[in-house]
Amino acid sequence: MLKDKACIVGIGETGYCRKPGSGMTEEVLQLKASVAALADAGLTGKEIDGILAFPNLGKSEAFAASLGSENLRFAATIHMGGASPVASMRMAAMAVDSGVANYVLIPGGWNGYSGARVRETVTTDKNSIPGGAIAWDYYMPQGLTVPPQWYALMCRRHMHEYGTTHEQMGAVAVAMRKHAQLNPGALMCGKPLTLEQYMASPMLADPYRVNDCCLETDGGAAFIVTSVERARDLGKTPIYIMGAASGQPYPADEFTTRADFHQTGLTIAAPEAFQMAGVTAQDIDFAQIYDCFTFEVIQQLEEAGFCKRGEGGPFVENGCIELGGHLPVNTSGGLLSEAHSLGLGHIVEAVKQLRGDAGERQIVDAELGVVTGWGDFGDGAIAILRR
Amino acid sequence: MSEYNKPLPGMDGLTKEFYDFCKAEALHFQKCSSCGTFRHVPREMCAQCNSFEWQWAKSTGRGTIYSWVVINRALHPAFHDPNPEAVPMAPVVVEMEEGVRLLANMVDCPPDQLTMDMPVEVVYEAVTDEVTLPRFRRRL
Repeated sequence: MLKDKACIVGIGETGYCRKPGSGMTEEVLQLKASVAALADAGLTGKEIDGILAFPNLGKSEAFAASLGSENLRFAATIHMGGASPVASMRMAAMAVDSGVANYVLIPGGWNGYSGARVRETVTTDKNSIPGGAIAWDYYMPQGLTVPPQWYALMCRRHMHEYGTTHEQMGAVAVAMRKHAQLNPGALMCGKPLTLEQYMASPMLADPYRVNDCCLETDGGAAFIVTSVERARDLGKTPIYIMGAASGQPYPADEFTTRADFHQTGLTIAAPEAFQMAGVTAQDIDFAQIYDCFTFEVIQQLEEAGFCKRGEGGPFVENGCIELGGHLPVNTSGGLLSEAHSLGLGHIVEAVKQLRGDAGERQIVDAELGVVTGWGDFGDGAIAILRR
Repeated sequence: MSEYNKPLPGMDGLTKEFYDFCKAEALHFQKCSSCGTFRHVPREMCAQCNSFEWQWAKSTGRGTIYSWVVINRALHPAFHDPNPEAVPMAPVVVEMEEGVRLLANMVDCPPDQLTMDMPVEVVYEAVTDEVTLPRFRRRL
């Protein structure tokens, strides 16, 4: 059992931007975020002996060489796209609990706006994701080329079977945007969105409108995991990893043929994580749900067990996922309205909330939070965190 | 046909075999010789019974629409540049009578006329001298 065996002790971000771009390489973005996380934890690069690098965004060895991590003894990359940071958190907890590493750094950062866009990388590199070769041979020739189109197929089927509506997807977009108004670092701070404006947003990959899609931004973030004993010596409020799990839909590398079309990695991972933590979805004070697209929030709320499958649409209505609602979701604005921080921003925001450092958007007495990741064709990871 | 600029499948291994059946205008799927389970996309072994014994089996070519996406902005230059009339287009997931699902496009159905469970049947479009893609049309 990994329950309460490891803590997050440091978080760091570079800040996020679009035009004119970060002006930094993706390596530098990640190093700056890592240095910020080290400073937050009261550590130096020399003490880092484990690094879990984000897929396709650099090698652990290179980060170690720059940070002066002379004793790197645990290096890996989990190939789960946007689920990688949360899955890496779980793996880091395993590492520090078993003693194969003392301080594990998980960096991520990219020029998602000024550099190569996702739409380019997934259509020019068949190794960009585990299912890339299948997409290349069986999806792309038919014109299905980029993530919003993949997931729109899942969304339309959900709308058909369960009656999920555009207005419910809009409620997700509006909630994230409201939260961004309370986050000075959010790209959409100062740019509120009404449901009417959402409904007038042009279709991109019907049923997805432009406003169903996350931002494309530049920036980096990082966090550090260590054992409970070491965390207590560092001085900062340790954030405990109560439960963590990752999972894959079946099959993970191809999604059209899935017997259970609505299964995601969270379907497997969430029950494991909640059982490990010894809490239920009803106990959770907030959730940071990987919001690459609005429907993916609805789907993950269902598969994580916050509501039953098919009830995610009604669940997000009436301000339920807004600050002050039943379950505040993505209190920073998320990928939809803060920045596309590769899912690391969701972890950073969860730590801020649990430390009580979330400023205007602070949830009073936040004690238990959930973070999820979503990647590739529906890979999932989830962590249950407490202060 | 040499001007065809859209993405093409990698024509090797089982993928080439799959598309070569399309070129012969006879859609086939792999069928496990041990337990009889059909599979798509092609793989080396049966995930149901782990048998490596299989054969290509001719599909009835019939299925129903399982889902679709209407692409209004292609986000891939080959699908709207230089021909802006190419969008909207609507990749469809077809659930075949064999139980597998296949991603394709309709040839005779504008996106706004697609409906769930619409009966469809396979047709073929030779997009290059080497590659023929499976497409679908309405089935009455």
